[in-house]
Amino acid sequence: MTSPQDGHTLTELGHPPSQPGASVLVIACGALAREILHIVNQNGWTHLDLTCLPAKLHNRPEQIPAAVEAAVLKHRGAYGKIVVAYGDCGTGGQLAALCKRLEVTMIDAPHCYAFFEGSARFAAHDDEITAFYLTDFLVRQFDAFVWQPLGLDRHPQLRDTYFGHYTKLVYMAQTEDPLLDDIAHECATRLGLAYERRSTGYGDLPSWLGTS
Amino acid sequence: MSDEEDDLILADLPDDELVPQMFDDLYDGLREEIEEAVNILLSRGWEPYRILTEALVGGMTIVGKDFRDGILFVPEVLLAANAMKGGMAILKPLLAETGAPRVGKMVIGTVKGDIHDIGKNLVSMMMEGAGFEVVDIGINNAVEKYLDALETEQPDILGMSALLTTTMPYMKVVIDTMAEKGIRDDYIVLVGGAPLNEEFGRAIGADAYCRDAAVAVETAKTFMARKHNQVTHAD
Ligand code: B12
Repeated sequence: MTSPQDGHTLTELGHPPSQPGASVLVIACGALAREILHIVNQNGWTHLDLTCLPAKLHNRPEQIPAAVEAAVLKHRGAYGKIVVAYGDCGTGGQLAALCKRLEVTMIDAPHCYAFFEGSARFAAHDDEITAFYLTDFLVRQFDAFVWQPLGLDRHPQLRDTYFGHYTKLVYMAQTEDPLLDDIAHECATRLGLAYERRSTGYGDLPSWLGTS
Repeated sequence: MSDEEDDLILADLPDDELVPQMFDDLYDGLREEIEEAVNILLSRGWEPYRILTEALVGGMTIVGKDFRDGILFVPEVLLAANAMKGGMAILKPLLAETGAPRVGKMVIGTVKGDIHDIGKNLVSMMMEGAGFEVVDIGINNAVEKYLDALETEQPDILGMSALLTTTMPYMKVVIDTMAEKGIRDDYIVLVGGAPLNEEFGRAIGADAYCRDAAVAVETAKTFMARKHNQVTHAD
C-alpha cells in the first residue's frame, strides 16, 4: 500500500484508497492513516485497503456521520466489506447509529486516546480529568490541529481560557521517537502544562484491524 | 488609527447606526469599542437593560448563530464573549440600581468527568444578559454538588452541560437522584452541549435540550412564563 500522505494533507484533505483488488476497505480518520498503514504493512494484510477522511472534521464532529456515510456509499460496490476506523468522536452516538444502519462495524471507543491506551485502561483513570492528550499524529500536527484552530497563533491571551483548568499534557506515544518526544515536551511548555510521556503503542487498534 | 479617532467616530453615530456598529464590533471581539459604545448609549439616556438586551445580547446572538452555521469557530466566539463581558461589567452595577427585571434564577455546571466549560460560560453570560440570576458551579460536578447548590440557591432552573459522549449519561444520574429525593419537579432542568440532542434530553427526563445559548434563553423564558401561569392558577 502507498506510504502515508503528509500530515497537512491528512488534516485537511484525507487520503484516497490505493490497493486495487483488496477485499476490505478501512474508512478511517486522517489522524490514524500513518498508524493503520504501518500496522497493515507490518502484518502483510494485503486484503486491507485504506481511505481517510480529513482529520479536521474533529473540530466539527456533527459533520462526521454524513462524511462517513458518503464514503461508505461511494466505495461500497468496490469492496466485499467496509469497516469504519472511528470512535464516537463526539457524535453523541450518531456515528454508531449510522454504522448500525449501514451494517458496517466501527471501533467501540469514545475517541482515539481511549483505544490507543486500551479502552479499559483509559476508562479506569477517570481521575485524570485535568490531562490533555496528544498522540503521534497530534504531536506532528500540533500547530495545524490544536494551536491554530484554537486561535492561539493570533490570540495567545486565550490560552488560559482554554487550558486554565488543565495541569498536564500526556503524550500517548504510538512509536518510540525521541524527536516526537521533544516536540511533545515543547507543546506542553507552550500550553503551560507539566509534561508526561506514556508509551501506549497502538493499543486496541491492531486487534480491531485484525478482525476486519 | 488612534483610539481617539475611533472614539470620535463612534460618538458621532446616531443610535440607529451605533447599535449595528456594536454588532460588528462584538463580532470582531473589540472589547474597548464595546465599552466605549455602552458608555455613549448610557450618556444618551438609554436604560442599562435596553443596552444589554438590544445591543449586547442582540449582537452575541448573531455570533452564536454564525458559530452554529460553521462561519465562526471557537476563538472568535471567545473574543466576542470577552467584548460582551466588558460591556456587561459597566452595566451590571447600574442594572442592580435601576431595578431591572429579574426573570428567574439558574444554577449551572458541567457534569462530573468533564472540564469543557466554554459553552457553559456562554450560556451563563447570555442568561444573565436576559435578566436571569446565574450561579455557576463550575466544572466536574458530582451529583452531590448539584443537590447542594439546589438546596442553598433555591433556583428555578438547573442547567447541566456536557461535551463528551462519556460524560453526557451522567446527567441522567443527577435527574434520577433528584427524582428519588422527590425534588425533580421543583426545578426546570435544561441540558446542553454539542454531542447531545433532543431525543437524548427526552430520554434522560430533562425538561428541554437547548442547542445553543440563544435557544437556552428563549426556552428558559418560556418555562418561567409557564411556571408563573401555573402559580397564578393554583392561587
Ligand atoms: C474547545 C474544545 C476543547 C478545549 C476546551 C476548553 C474549555 N475550557 O472548555 C480543549 C482544547 C482544552 C479540549 C480538551 C479536550 N477535548 Co475537546 N473540544 C473542544 C471543541 C473543539 C469545541 C467545544 C467548545 O468549546 N465549543 C464552543 C461552545 C460555544 O459550544 P458548545 O460547547 O457546544 O456550547 C453551546 C451549546 O452546546 C449549548 N450548551 C452547552 N452547554 C450547555 C448547557 C446548558 C444548560 C444549555 C441549556 C446549553 C448548553 O450552548 C452553548 C453556547 O451556544 C469540541 C468539538 C466541537 N466542535 O464541539 C471538542 C471535543 C468536545 N473535545 C473532545 C476531546 C476528546 C477532548 C480531549 C479528551 C482531547 C485531548 N486531546 O485530550 C480533551 C479533554 C481532556 C479531559 N481530560 O477530559 C472531543 C469529544 C469526543 C467524545 N467522544 O466525546 C470533541 C468532540 C472533539 C472531537 N471530535 O474529538 N477541548
